[in-house]
Amino acid sequence: MQRAQATWLPDGKRLHLHHGPIDMIVGVTGPERDAALGRAVARFDTLLEELAAELPLLRQPTGRRPTSDTARRMHHATQPFVPQFITPMAAVAGAGADTILAAICNGSGITKAYVNNGGDVAFYLSEDQHMQAAITCDPPGHIRIRYADPVRGIATSGWRGRSHSFGIADSVTVLAATAAQADAAATMIANAVNLPDHPAIHRTPAKALAPDSDLGARIVTTHVGPLGPEDINTALSNGATFAARCQSRGLITGAAMVLCGQIRLVGSLPLVQQKESLDA
Amino acid sequence: MTDRKREEKIRCDACPVMCYIADGKIGACDRYANEGGKIVRCDPITILDRRLEAGGEVRPFLVSDWDGEVLNSGDLFVSGIGAGTTYPDYKPAPFIVSREVEGADFITVVTEAIYSYCGVKVKIDTDRHLGHEAATVRAAGEVIGHVTTSEYGSQMLSLGGVDHLTGGSKSEGRVTCDALLRLCNCEAVELTIDGGATVVVQAGQPPIVDGHREERMRVGCGSATIGMFASQWHGLVDEVVVVDDHITGVVSEHQAGKVLGWPDTGIRIKGRRSTPGRYFQVAKPGLGWGGTDITDPLTILNPWLDKKGARPGLTLLMVSTTGEQFGYYILDDNLEPQPAPLPDTLRASVDLIAENCEPALCTVMFAAGAGGSLRSGVTQNPVKLTRSVQALKTRVTCGGAPAFVWPGGGITLMVDVTQMPPGSFGYVPTPALVAPLEFTLKREDYRTLGGHDAAVRSISDILAHGGEYGSEFRTVGPKKDGT
Repeated sequence: MQRAQATWLPDGKRLHLHHGPIDMIVGVTGPERDAALGRAVARFDTLLEELAAELPLLRQPTGRRPTSDTARRMHHATQPFVPQFITPMAAVAGAGADTILAAICNGSGITKAYVNNGGDVAFYLSEDQHMQAAITCDPPGHIRIRYADPVRGIATSGWRGRSHSFGIADSVTVLAATAAQADAAATMIANAVNLPDHPAIHRTPAKALAPDSDLGARIVTTHVGPLGPEDINTALSNGATFAARCQSRGLITGAAMVLCGQIRLVGSLPLVQQKESLDA
Repeated sequence: MTDRKREEKIRCDACPVMCYIADGKIGACDRYANEGGKIVRCDPITILDRRLEAGGEVRPFLVSDWDGEVLNSGDLFVSGIGAGTTYPDYKPAPFIVSREVEGADFITVVTEAIYSYCGVKVKIDTDRHLGHEAATVRAAGEVIGHVTTSEYGSQMLSLGGVDHLTGGSKSEGRVTCDALLRLCNCEAVELTIDGGATVVVQAGQPPIVDGHREERMRVGCGSATIGMFASQWHGLVDEVVVVDDHITGVVSEHQAGKVLGWPDTGIRIKGRRSTPGRYFQVAKPGLGWGGTDITDPLTILNPWLDKKGARPGLTLLMVSTTGEQFGYYILDDNLEPQPAPLPDTLRASVDLIAENCEPALCTVMFAAGAGGSLRSGVTQNPVKLTRSVQALKTRVTCGGAPAFVWPGGGITLMVDVTQMPPGSFGYVPTPALVAPLEFTLKREDYRTLGGHDAAVRSISDILAHGGEYGSEFRTVGPKKDGT
């Protein structure tokens, strides 16, 4: 069995942590950067084993409290959505990023740090620092999060991504206090961007695609055919209603939902006007 | 006894998640898959091994399997599949490989290229009318291309290209990219042609036109068929008409009949006469006999003329250009053809037409421009690479398959997707296709054109240490011996 791996990216500045299904990119600035990265690597070494040990529980609908700190982050982030169907796995990527970030921040001399776990990002900002993130839409949008903003986690979900979705959103990007909370909410909002029983949408039981899936026999999206402007509007409105409820409950700060080139924003997103040209 | 084999999920032990993976599926990591009961890395760098036969076994290449001897024989070729890429290509390509071929040191620059400018040219072996030239071709309702100039015995489509990938709506781009990806990976794609047919296209497979699976390509046009078989019909039948949408042939009037001294029969064909015995537009194009819309061939005949040789008892064979349809007739006292059973003596010639028809296939040629920024992954002076390719000093291959490079400016290439290893193509959300690309040239030429000489590695070093984007390999046999 392969061990956890830590390698430098070609730029020599960012660290790539890899183990099984986990790929994290870690960046730290500040005088104590090397020590902070050392803590990240040490913490990452056992992360996947700890999660694997509790996998059967983590694949059940959120209920009994798990043991390890990452699993508890997953539990905590998904708990507010119960009794809707959700498992702690909905927050696994964000919670993993939070765990590594916590290890990085367990010391001084850091001005800024981020842990990008496959698109779900946890970050730390000291005063005067900001984090800039790009949202894939047309044209690409940029978000700038400052020290004073109550956001330290960004996550993106959608049926085209790694994990399966009940919904049809191309992407839902969520800003929240932690990456685990953003991850769980992005999953649930992406599920809500939906058109039940629409003929252009193909769906399959999750376990037919992945036998181990925490979603079991529940039906997940496998193909979204052409949708008319009304359909797109309806689906985005379904998502927006749910996202607004999440915001009023304090679970998220803002969300951006993308479906067939249309984007819908909910809550507060510190968007930056920036035009970027892409050459062929 | 009880060891009956059943389809089993196997447990992947590559990491602590220990996924159960069903055959043909991938694990949670998207990296490891169950391929025929074995766990393999899904995106390995593909090594073409000449020793494996065409379409041969695909197996993970383990460093421990490697014996140095293989490499010296020049049998191994690192392909671009799974090599990874950077975009835009501001740094050396993932692999720049040095290997010895017959004593000379060759450089192969291996990358996966992102093609914003790409499409496919599809050749569909059928005479059936699929749609008018320049008619719109759709997939899933979106416009993805058009019908282009037909070829001898084949209908041609031109699909994809930058106007559909990025020039239209988002949905058009996504559907186009999806259709191209599936066509290039030799999957079946259903296409509809405005004002024409629905056709299922799959590279290397017969086309399915409006639900009808095409079996054979026509032996030639109607006139050519007369030319090929006139002497075999001579003396067995009084008249032969080969029905064809393009050129319908009549043996008694055709030059091939004249040289045999074939007598006039008084037959009169509808349509526009080209030269003796050759007729255009005998009917409308369609899905009937020889690519026309007719199901009863007698409808293309006008009344027979007795003063030109028509007589009761005269025999007539009508046949399509594939031999799939035929009819035998005898003129009655009113000089009207009446159906009759086909004599065995003529049956042989009809069968011979069918036998001479080649199997109808769909051919998918991936066509793309490799002239953009990816050239800087090969050399610091991109135009020198273009010139080297045009001067035939640099060989261009895609996944080891030889690519045709268009003369003229740039590096515009075409490659037969069936010659590439399975699963060669991927995509990025731009949308654009990702496909392997290799440039091979002599090391001295590589230095001359300003190549990244410092990045050159030996093939054994690549196998031992992998590249920036992975260190797993698989070996497949090249489809054609041409590496």
